[in-house]
Amino acid sequence: MRYLPKSDSERQEMLAVCGLQSLEELYRQLPPDVLLDRPLAIEPGKSEYEIVEYFRARGAENANGYPSFLGGGVYYHYRPVVVDTVAARGEFLTSYTPYQPEIAQGTLTTIFEFQTMICQLTGMDAANASMYDGSSAVPEAAMMAVRITGRNKTLVAQNVHPEYRQVLRTYAMHQGMPIEEFAFDQAAGAADLEDLERRLDADTAAVIIQTPNFFGVIENVKAAAELAHKQGALLIVVFTEAVSLGLLEPPRDADIVAGELQSFAIPPSYGGPFAGILATREKYLRQLPGRLVGETKDSEGRRAFCLTLSTREQHIRREKATSNICTNQALIALMATVFLSLYGKRGLRELAEQNLAKAHYLAKDMKRRFSGPFFNEFVVQCNGRTPEAVNEALLQRKIIGGLPLGRWYPSLADCMLLCATEMSRREHMNTVREVLQNVPEAAHVR
Amino acid sequence: MIRKVSRHITQNEPLLFESSSPGKKGYQLPDLDVPAVDPAEALGAENVRGEIEDFPEVSEVEVVRHFTRLSTWNYGIDLGLFPLGSCTMKYNPRVNEAVARTEGLLWAHPYQPEALSQGAMEIIARLEAALAEITGMDAVTLQPAAGAHGEMTGIMLIRAYHESKGNPRKKILIPDSAHGTNPATATMVGYTVQNIKSNDRGMVDVESLASIVDEDVAGLMVTNPNTVGVFEGDIVRIAGILHEKGAQVYMDGANMNALVGITRPGDFGIDVMHLNLHKTFSTPHGGGGPGAGPVAVKSHLEPFLPIPRLRSENDQWRWDYDRPQTIGRVRAFYGNFGVLVRALAYIMAHGGEGLRNATLDALLNANYIRKLLEPYYQIAYQAPSMHECVFSDDRQAKRGVRTGDIAKRLIDYGFHPYTVSFPLIVRGAMMIEPTETESKAELDLFVDALISIAKEVEENPELVLKAPHSTRISRVDEVTAARKPILRWKPAPKASQAAD
Repeated sequence: MRYLPKSDSERQEMLAVCGLQSLEELYRQLPPDVLLDRPLAIEPGKSEYEIVEYFRARGAENANGYPSFLGGGVYYHYRPVVVDTVAARGEFLTSYTPYQPEIAQGTLTTIFEFQTMICQLTGMDAANASMYDGSSAVPEAAMMAVRITGRNKTLVAQNVHPEYRQVLRTYAMHQGMPIEEFAFDQAAGAADLEDLERRLDADTAAVIIQTPNFFGVIENVKAAAELAHKQGALLIVVFTEAVSLGLLEPPRDADIVAGELQSFAIPPSYGGPFAGILATREKYLRQLPGRLVGETKDSEGRRAFCLTLSTREQHIRREKATSNICTNQALIALMATVFLSLYGKRGLRELAEQNLAKAHYLAKDMKRRFSGPFFNEFVVQCNGRTPEAVNEALLQRKIIGGLPLGRWYPSLADCMLLCATEMSRREHMNTVREVLQNVPEAAHVR
Repeated sequence: MIRKVSRHITQNEPLLFESSSPGKKGYQLPDLDVPAVDPAEALGAENVRGEIEDFPEVSEVEVVRHFTRLSTWNYGIDLGLFPLGSCTMKYNPRVNEAVARTEGLLWAHPYQPEALSQGAMEIIARLEAALAEITGMDAVTLQPAAGAHGEMTGIMLIRAYHESKGNPRKKILIPDSAHGTNPATATMVGYTVQNIKSNDRGMVDVESLASIVDEDVAGLMVTNPNTVGVFEGDIVRIAGILHEKGAQVYMDGANMNALVGITRPGDFGIDVMHLNLHKTFSTPHGGGGPGAGPVAVKSHLEPFLPIPRLRSENDQWRWDYDRPQTIGRVRAFYGNFGVLVRALAYIMAHGGEGLRNATLDALLNANYIRKLLEPYYQIAYQAPSMHECVFSDDRQAKRGVRTGDIAKRLIDYGFHPYTVSFPLIVRGAMMIEPTETESKAELDLFVDALISIAKEVEENPELVLKAPHSTRISRVDEVTAARKPILRWKPAPKASQAAD
């Protein structure tokens, strides 16, 4: 086998050193009744060529080369070539968690740069080395708020990503953390701050809003923060479209920011792996879960980096840890760091402005469901047709349309979420606009 | 004598922020093919940010050099053995990287129509089936993002099962040799943790276990082989004791690489377990993730698995969200798909027999190292080793040298250290796990290095205590790092710059 670097004679030599006759003797201590008495029912090993062909064939069964207007937490952005050049370096790809700082300064330095950039983008003081993804960062933020405030309840806006809210409920289920949802404004599409105010009470640990929210609408972070803080609760601000940070006022009034970095050159890859972030204010630093890299000096006074504040973590604190989280998403966070290095201060702004322009071109003359300001996503009504019918008509033109919202919002069953990015071309957007204005009858059947 | 490495030049490199200069750029966007939009007009001036303060501005060539230089400061499996017991890494096959970047897979959107996602869904189904066969379990969810995430999912399944019977129960039993994630997980799922002591062979003490299992116990979390690399020989009896009281047995599958093709958890009484695809199934760890932590269950836990579940309907794969007893979602979308692709490619490359052969080589490598090092280091337990061996620094401690010092000295010999001071039940633990993808030559170099260090401990302990001597930085001040945390770069204050 090509991954096993031993000849049979070497195996025999090694067995002899161990005082054994055969490889089977290596597990002689196992009780005979637990041994598997047949080969595993898995096809014999394949050549590299066959493996490549298998996955090429599976890839061909998926959509290929369709322009797509899907967003909703996963966005199509161009991935600069250099991102994979760097991520493919064996020293990054095949290294483990940087437990030994003397031979892991590469990873540690990139994480320190990552933490810095996340602070710069979000307006927070401290960020960890990344989370599994945006969806799992949200409950970790809520758990943090519960620890900080000593309160239990979390209020989450209904226009936070529906799957993120589901993950929040799963995590919270057995931790004595009631989750309550508050409404969105039916006209503007933003969080309903009056409803929030009514539900805020002395047991509220956290208020969670997302901006741009799941409908693409930009939230009033400052107003939400004022309401939360008046009741002694923390404000958690979520984002799924990281490119918006290049243009939108950062959520400086938040206490915790939890988000998803997929937009920063992380491939959609059918939903993962991605990288989440968790950032907070200085005073809450010791309640942050996950890995943190800090600057220090070596014994000769040279600048060095190492994992730090690990007394928060499970391998030290065990059942009293801030979270059970162990890994971060170092390689994915590295991709985001390379992306941000390439685009830099001006590029990220320019990229965000292109997204804004494309989405506003696409939305022109469309029947938008919500009136609030939007970045690169918006909800549109389908002119009396179902969103599924519109998508069928677009598919006939080899275009993947928007995300139908009825699955999560029965009252929006006639609506879809459309997204345009710098990769959306004018001609395809024109087709979407035409089809949405005038869906042919034939497309109704489904 | 140090044989594996020689010194060579290492490049210095500032932080990106320090090489930044206004106007440099590493990108060019296409010309906009639609009218530009004024952000303040479209969004309201209050919603538009000013410049991102101190954000880097560098060119493409500087980006490539920056990260390439930094990469050379790392050690990785591509450079040699990475014997980090319990967490170890095997060779990461490059074809896995290539196939994960297949066009139709890399750019698949999780919300694209199911009819146009059949290839991705087929990969998920095939991996689920392969993992069920390997573990001897009935159903698998691929949604959890990492091992600890899988643990949480698994313990939630146990809780949901007990709740369906009317009583969630109170406690989870955890051996004192367990990974720290186990107790942290049980707490997150609302259970109290009761630690159980290991016996003098490093195994679960069956008699004392039997005396504490009652109807308050929801389950046992057991790692098998355990963290001292020993197979829990009484596992069938242990499972029986739990099952008799209606409790469940969870297996931490971190060490599944010792069992593949030899024995199956589903055949020795396990109800639910997780797998670490970045360990047993060779997906790259990338400096600390991404991983993937699939959870495999027996059929009685299947109704509680996270949504959505794959379902076949008229020869088409569908996502099924209508699962009334589900614990819900543990992650958005369907899991770390890109990691799943790599794991399946690994399984395909080996095939059933190949996977078993890989296990045998992993056992052989661990036992070979143990045999050759036993004259020099104190083995923690006499019980036979599976895939890893754990020594104690007892003999070296007499000279004032501890496991952490020996680990640092190994770096000078060109190796990544073993796992230091874990498991906690072994004083001064040195936990060594080589995996199957190491040649005899590499193992011999490693053994020679540790033997040489043992001699240094006797002859010149200072040499070991001050190690490493050959790295670009020496031992770092971790105490100050924690006491006065500096977690982000900030520009030097203007005044002091002038003073410099």
